[in-house]
Amino acid sequence: MQLSSFDFQQNHFQLFGLAQSYRIDAAQLEQQYRALQAQVHPDKSAHLPDAEQRLSMQRATLVNEAYRTLNNPLRRARYLLSLHGVDIQEENNTMMPLDFLTAQMEWREAVSEAQQARDAAALAQLETRMKLETREFEAQLAVKIDTEKDYAAAAGLVRKLRFMEKLAEEIHAAYDAIDL
Amino acid sequence: MALLQISEPGMSTAPHQHRLAVGIDLGTTNSLVATVRNGISVVLNDENGRAMLPSVVRYLADGGVAVGEAAQTMQSEDAANTIVSVKRFMGRGLKDVGEISRLPYRFADAPSSGQAASPFATSGGSGQGSGMLQLRTVAGIKSPVEVSAEILKVLRSRAEAALGGELVGAVITVPAYFDDAQRQATKDAARLAGLNVLRLLNEPTAAAIAYGLDNAAEGVYAVYDLGGGTFDISILRLSRGVFEVLAANGDSALGGDDFDHRIHCWLLEKNRLSALGPRDTRLLLTHARAAKEQLTEHAEARITAVLSTGEMIDSVLTRSEFHAMSQNLVQRTLQPLRRALRDAKLDIADIKGVVMVGGATRMPQVQHAVGEFFGQTPLTNLDPDKVVALGAAIQANLLAGNRSGDDWLLLDVIPLSLGIETMGGLVEKIIPRNSTIPTARAQEFTTFKDGQTAMSIHVAQGERELVSDCRSLAKFELRGIPAMVAGAARIRVTFQVDADGLLNVSAREMGSGIEAAIAVKPSYGLSDAEITRMLQESTQHAQGDMQARALREQQTEAGQLLEAVQHALEQDGGLLDQAGRTQIEIRMGALRDTLHLADHLSIKRAVIALNDATVGFAQARMDKSVARALAGRNISELDEK
Repeated sequence: MQLSSFDFQQNHFQLFGLAQSYRIDAAQLEQQYRALQAQVHPDKSAHLPDAEQRLSMQRATLVNEAYRTLNNPLRRARYLLSLHGVDIQEENNTMMPLDFLTAQMEWREAVSEAQQARDAAALAQLETRMKLETREFEAQLAVKIDTEKDYAAAAGLVRKLRFMEKLAEEIHAAYDAIDL
Repeated sequence: MALLQISEPGMSTAPHQHRLAVGIDLGTTNSLVATVRNGISVVLNDENGRAMLPSVVRYLADGGVAVGEAAQTMQSEDAANTIVSVKRFMGRGLKDVGEISRLPYRFADAPSSGQAASPFATSGGSGQGSGMLQLRTVAGIKSPVEVSAEILKVLRSRAEAALGGELVGAVITVPAYFDDAQRQATKDAARLAGLNVLRLLNEPTAAAIAYGLDNAAEGVYAVYDLGGGTFDISILRLSRGVFEVLAANGDSALGGDDFDHRIHCWLLEKNRLSALGPRDTRLLLTHARAAKEQLTEHAEARITAVLSTGEMIDSVLTRSEFHAMSQNLVQRTLQPLRRALRDAKLDIADIKGVVMVGGATRMPQVQHAVGEFFGQTPLTNLDPDKVVALGAAIQANLLAGNRSGDDWLLLDVIPLSLGIETMGGLVEKIIPRNSTIPTARAQEFTTFKDGQTAMSIHVAQGERELVSDCRSLAKFELRGIPAMVAGAARIRVTFQVDADGLLNVSAREMGSGIEAAIAVKPSYGLSDAEITRMLQESTQHAQGDMQARALREQQTEAGQLLEAVQHALEQDGGLLDQAGRTQIEIRMGALRDTLHLADHLSIKRAVIALNDATVGFAQARMDKSVARALAGRNISELDEK
């Protein structure tokens, strides 16, 4: 890609030359990311005048942000839905199915118990289950977005995945807390 | 130098346009400078052949400054004016330095620097506490930035003398776990030393470049870097010319110095000593360090010293005693290892190799603990003292624009999360740790009272939940917000972290579009005015510096000439008759004699004399080398050239 053609208005999928869908080719994304950074990274312009260094920093910042967004399933879904003009209402829509909320409560309690008991094995088990469940939601998300184009249902799944992400953060923090 | 210009026909005689750039490892204990010469990264030695410059600066009553060995030898005698391990003070306030009472310095707590006013009015200055600590010396109050700049100045002139020209820039290495204040202080020091900073490069990353390029390494590697005062762990993925840092962790206040202190405390206890003066404290620390180094090779070390009271110290420390007393220091490095692995979402089994960096990794107990943790023998085939400088030089060469065709890409991360203070003294993370840099994140704020025209933002760095447990980077105020009803104003604050890992904050009121940029350096940084003052002060010593520089340049040139002539004599000595050879040898001897004189003009005269004596010899060698190249070729081949 020529630098002159670098367009700050492109969306993240266009930037990496990817089709605009939830299912993506991770290997291609990574390859495109590296190829782009090889062009725009500030290390390539460190010997150039300040203005070019600044432009390079802005381009590399955008490429990093785009990669960070597309490389993560939750962020990618969020971004796709925003491109479709869907309001996910992550902050203010707390209407979740009761069984989901109950399950979340149980998860949190289990993490907190494992932390208090300093039980790394229990944490690892919870982590495995959490990952499995997260993958299940992601598989549903792919169907809702790419196949059925049911964006309202997809928004609901994004809200659920946000809970799972919080849970992953708590497990991570519990590991750190145990490991004094 | 006619002799140096001889090269094989077909090869360019003039060195190609090469932009002079260096890598500098500004270490806690020692500092080094390296450069890429003829495609190979080399450490530049001083005129006595020493690569390492002790990071010690002594201030004299007449305003003079001694750096390196000269300062180090006086560190006990003049402890209060001889600053050792200044890196530990960079970007740090008095309250951050735990061991103040056992350090032989007179500290001054500096007022935090003011913040330049800017349009849509940001006013900075940390409301809480103080700025970077300062040191009272016989030559006045000095900031750690000024002290570090003295070390950098010496390395800069060493490099310029060796390379014979002005540097276009330098890559300065910093611990990966350095926060924004420590990085900014390092960059300020380089600026003060007259260096153009091409990049602040993380030390383990620099080591990975040197190791990775040298060994064509592919896969996931851990770099364990235990220096004099800092500990870093970085996990990198090396693949097809890309060095990608997956996670960095560490402890910016843990290093070889702490092992010295353990021995020091043991000495005090064993000899029932208390409250030593600065001189004796430094004396025992120096002996402690020597004992530590001795225990790498030997089972025990004997420490003998005479204190200023006349009291005699004579103690024997065994390796097992030393290992026992330092065991928890070694253990403290393992927690960051586990955290870095978790952040990188990797298991120990994923790590292909462990690169050991930093002089403190020579300690057997460290190598043992790291080997046990990773279940593999760490890679110690690199010189742990030099690898960081060598890697920095390679990166500097690339950044200066000296392309070799086989470029690589470096993707590094910010080591500590950046956040802002929210209600209740909590921190809301804006940029999480291990984000690939450069990176930016925007956050919108609004007013919570009718007619509110100002709001303050407190930026902090760290992983803890409470702002009081994180490092305060800056507090600044956004003023001149158009008066509106509560919640109507929308202020978008952008946090940009550049490729040096430094934060810049800009704010924009979305309704009016008024913008302000704030470089975040108030809490512990230096203002531009302070740097200007320091630059002025340093030019007062410039005259002496120039003479010293001319001397070093001449010494270098003389050294190179002597080496070249010696080489030519060994290779083609047969081209000379006895008289011609004697003539050259006499003048070589004369030149060697002048090297010890501190007089650059004498050296220059002797250089010219030796050059004159070798003209005929050079011509004869040239003829021989042309004849050799022409042998076996026909005329038509030559015509085509």
